[in-house]
Amino acid sequence: MMELKMAEFPWLSLIIWLPVAGALLLFLVPRRAEGLIKGLALVVALADLVVSLPLWFNFDHHWVGFQFVEKHPWIQALHAQYFLGVDGISVLFILLSALITVLCILISWESITEKVKEFYISLLVTSAAMIGVFCALDLFLFYVFWEAMLIPMYLIIGIWGGPRRLYATIKFFLYTLLGSVLMLVGIIVIYFKAGTLEIPSLMQMGLPYKLQILLFLAFFAAFAVKVPMWPVHTWLPDAHTEAPTAGSVILAGILIKMGAYGFLRFSLSFFPKATLALAVPMLILSIIAIIYGALACLAQSDLKRLIAYSSVSHMGFVTLGIFSLTGNGVEGAILQMINHGVVTGALFMCVGIVYDRTHSREISYYGGLATVMPVYAAFFMVFTMASIGLPGTNGFVGEFLILLGTFQAKKWAAAFAATGVILGACYMLWLYQRVFCQRVNPQIAGLPEMNLRETLALLPMLILVLWIGIYPKPFLSFMHVSVGHLLQHVHSVGSVPGITQLIKEGLHAVFPA
Amino acid sequence: MPFSLLSLKAVSPEIFLVLLASFMVLVDRVVSSKSFFFWVALLGTALTWWLCREVVGSQFASYTADPYGFFLKTVFLLALFLSVLISPVYASRERFHFGEYYGLLFFAVCGMMFMASGTDLLVIYLGLELMSLSIYVLVALGWRDARSLEGALKYFLLGSLASAFLVMGLALIYGLAGTISLSEIARVLSIRTDLSVLTAIAFFLIALGFKVAMVPFHMWAPDAYEGAPTPVTAFMSVAAKAAGFAALGRVFLLAFAPAHPAWSQLLIPFAVLTMFAGNILAVVQTNIKRLLAYSSVAHAGYILLGIVAGTKEGLSAVMLYLLIYAFMNIGAFGVVVLLQKESGVGEDIFEYQGLAKLHPLPAFFMLLFLFSLTGIPPTAGFIGKFYLFRSVVHAGHTGLAVLAVLASVIAAYPYLRIVMLMYMKDPQREVSLAPSASLWVALTLSALGVILIGLYPGSLLTSALYSAF
Repeated sequence: MMELKMAEFPWLSLIIWLPVAGALLLFLVPRRAEGLIKGLALVVALADLVVSLPLWFNFDHHWVGFQFVEKHPWIQALHAQYFLGVDGISVLFILLSALITVLCILISWESITEKVKEFYISLLVTSAAMIGVFCALDLFLFYVFWEAMLIPMYLIIGIWGGPRRLYATIKFFLYTLLGSVLMLVGIIVIYFKAGTLEIPSLMQMGLPYKLQILLFLAFFAAFAVKVPMWPVHTWLPDAHTEAPTAGSVILAGILIKMGAYGFLRFSLSFFPKATLALAVPMLILSIIAIIYGALACLAQSDLKRLIAYSSVSHMGFVTLGIFSLTGNGVEGAILQMINHGVVTGALFMCVGIVYDRTHSREISYYGGLATVMPVYAAFFMVFTMASIGLPGTNGFVGEFLILLGTFQAKKWAAAFAATGVILGACYMLWLYQRVFCQRVNPQIAGLPEMNLRETLALLPMLILVLWIGIYPKPFLSFMHVSVGHLLQHVHSVGSVPGITQLIKEGLHAVFPA
Repeated sequence: MPFSLLSLKAVSPEIFLVLLASFMVLVDRVVSSKSFFFWVALLGTALTWWLCREVVGSQFASYTADPYGFFLKTVFLLALFLSVLISPVYASRERFHFGEYYGLLFFAVCGMMFMASGTDLLVIYLGLELMSLSIYVLVALGWRDARSLEGALKYFLLGSLASAFLVMGLALIYGLAGTISLSEIARVLSIRTDLSVLTAIAFFLIALGFKVAMVPFHMWAPDAYEGAPTPVTAFMSVAAKAAGFAALGRVFLLAFAPAHPAWSQLLIPFAVLTMFAGNILAVVQTNIKRLLAYSSVAHAGYILLGIVAGTKEGLSAVMLYLLIYAFMNIGAFGVVVLLQKESGVGEDIFEYQGLAKLHPLPAFFMLLFLFSLTGIPPTAGFIGKFYLFRSVVHAGHTGLAVLAVLASVIAAYPYLRIVMLMYMKDPQREVSLAPSASLWVALTLSALGVILIGLYPGSLLTSALYSAF
């Protein structure tokens, strides 16, 4: 039985609404006071990070249900409540979101020169909505946060993005909207079938098998686009490439995690039978994403696009881990989501740092950068190694757990996925070689080394890479209980008709013999 | 019922409106102060609303001032209030006769109120005619612009055809049921539903479909919306539509309720067609008034879903959506008025290019209204759509809800395109704004409505549910 531990102090509300309050405050600051705007945004984001720390220190690792729970009536006619809480699956994302917001502000300090005020307002609002998504325990509230984030994100990419930003931004918006409106219908159907929108109650609910399949697909539309899974991934490279550095970091760091989080929070726990039935197709889609993403990386000439495609590949590992439906796989997937947020976020920051200096993202533009910016090269090296999954870095722990879990469940899937690891090493090392080694390209000869602000922005990421790589226990310990409970729930439904049976039945329904 | 002055209580708001409208038209040539008419119009609207609230529960012959009527009258009067607020600059630039202009608006609203509260078909028909005739003239008020006359003519011709259908339907029903009272009709229909009844219902559907701009009876809408003076466009796109739905709701869910299974099947293809055609045609528009006209067609499609549901909940969703639509659509038209220097100018969507840089506040307002029209939380538009789709699913039409959300994704494109032009492109030339305090008040009120209903719709939802029958 899942129990709720009510909050003694509304920490979650504070974490969500502090950035909103900060954004409102920024509205009042005159446009010309740019220094004040940036300073204020940074202070707010730092404060938000500080108030999210109690989640780390006061989290009860042995508690099965949700913690820090707040529950208030909201729209009674719709049975929607203001209902917040975290468990081992969501808590780390909130901390990561708060951290990434701070780093995004640091990294945008000089690169954003136009409409500064609007930029930081958008950033803070995005941060609030993202954190809200991970805290919401009411489906309606969840959907509101999920969609509300589209507005500031749309503006961030569209206003401060690159030359093809208009195309990228509208693609991003329409893809994600299309996915999530189907989820909206799913949410409404769930409400009428189950009579509640409370996530903890719904997690105990057993819906009929066929309905589970349909609802799984409706939610899948939203989550697969967000993750993004192949073949609905095409918005991501465009959005990543055109977004300003902070936008890319948020996309990679948090936004695309929301899809995988959705699978864990909703698909597995609400539709366990459908999950069991559809796990194999999900594994296949994940493997395609892993290999396809990695191969696409090899063909890229743009730094950001390469990292964007590597995200497709890495997120393929995450969904692979989730749908392996084993303890190791799911824990590895959650850890890998954090890792990917840290590493890819850091890589995007790194690209932003040189882009600010050269205004070029072409890989061929660089060469021999290690000689020109040695400290930068060292940082980049660590993140490259983490991205490849070298032992001692966080990437290793995550990938290892995922492959282990997948191997336990489906050996063939693990074998295919492992090729992705090899391909990952190929494209990342090749990238490093082209950018940092060889003879120094004359046009980058005089580039200044990273300054203190930039180093400070990357340092927390570096620490996380090594910390999780060497001693992942504190992070994994958050998840054990929640993941164990979740998987027990999934596997307790026993055997279900497989996908072939489903297709046969579906065909039979459409074309009765 | 024996006639006494006291029994007129139920129609006292309408009597008040007609007197006020007549007064304004009559003194038009005597009083030259524009602000006099403006203030009288605003106060008159507020007073009428207060009167409407006072008389809830009373009845006069075939007219009942029930909560349903009151809720919709609130929508009409809100639309009127906001439209009056956005009118002065435009009206003085176009050299309207203020008394005549506001008087016609009042007459139109009076007709709408009869449509919302009439309990027999004749009263509803009379209300519809009073509304339509006033609006034909209002559309033609911009007669210096050829488009205005064209729009008015088109609206008039097609509107007359719609009236003809309504009268045909009315006659058929009377012939079949021997009554024009809505509740009596329901009683008769519960015993018999045959093809002739369905024919009569179809006639009603066509006639009211014209008024709410349901595809394929929407042909007048883009031309009339484009040609009409912009404040009139704002008014008719919200209030006339709401009146159409008020009558549709009462006639179909009261009189024709026993035949619901039959007519809802008839209505479904129309609703789907309206949602998709409206949104797809909006994608290619470059004139903002035409774009909003097609989007208004699409919104009629969403609202029809609530009627298809045929439940109390569905009807309350229709009512709530109309109220929310008043805020967001008149707000959007308010921004259009703000940018129009003369009729026909400032309507091209490319005029909005870089608006955020030149005038951040109107651009922000427009952003808010457009996101609300798209249905993105936390705006009111989302609540409206959610509640509508919820009622449709509850009534067992899940597939229809899926189609509706798909249509609303198409809708996102034209709206986003304007946001894109405002925020993501550089301005090409200076755009000056029409200076008007009342316009800013209207925009602020609409924006507040959109945000507050979005965040806290609770009491409104409850009252819509309470007012529906």
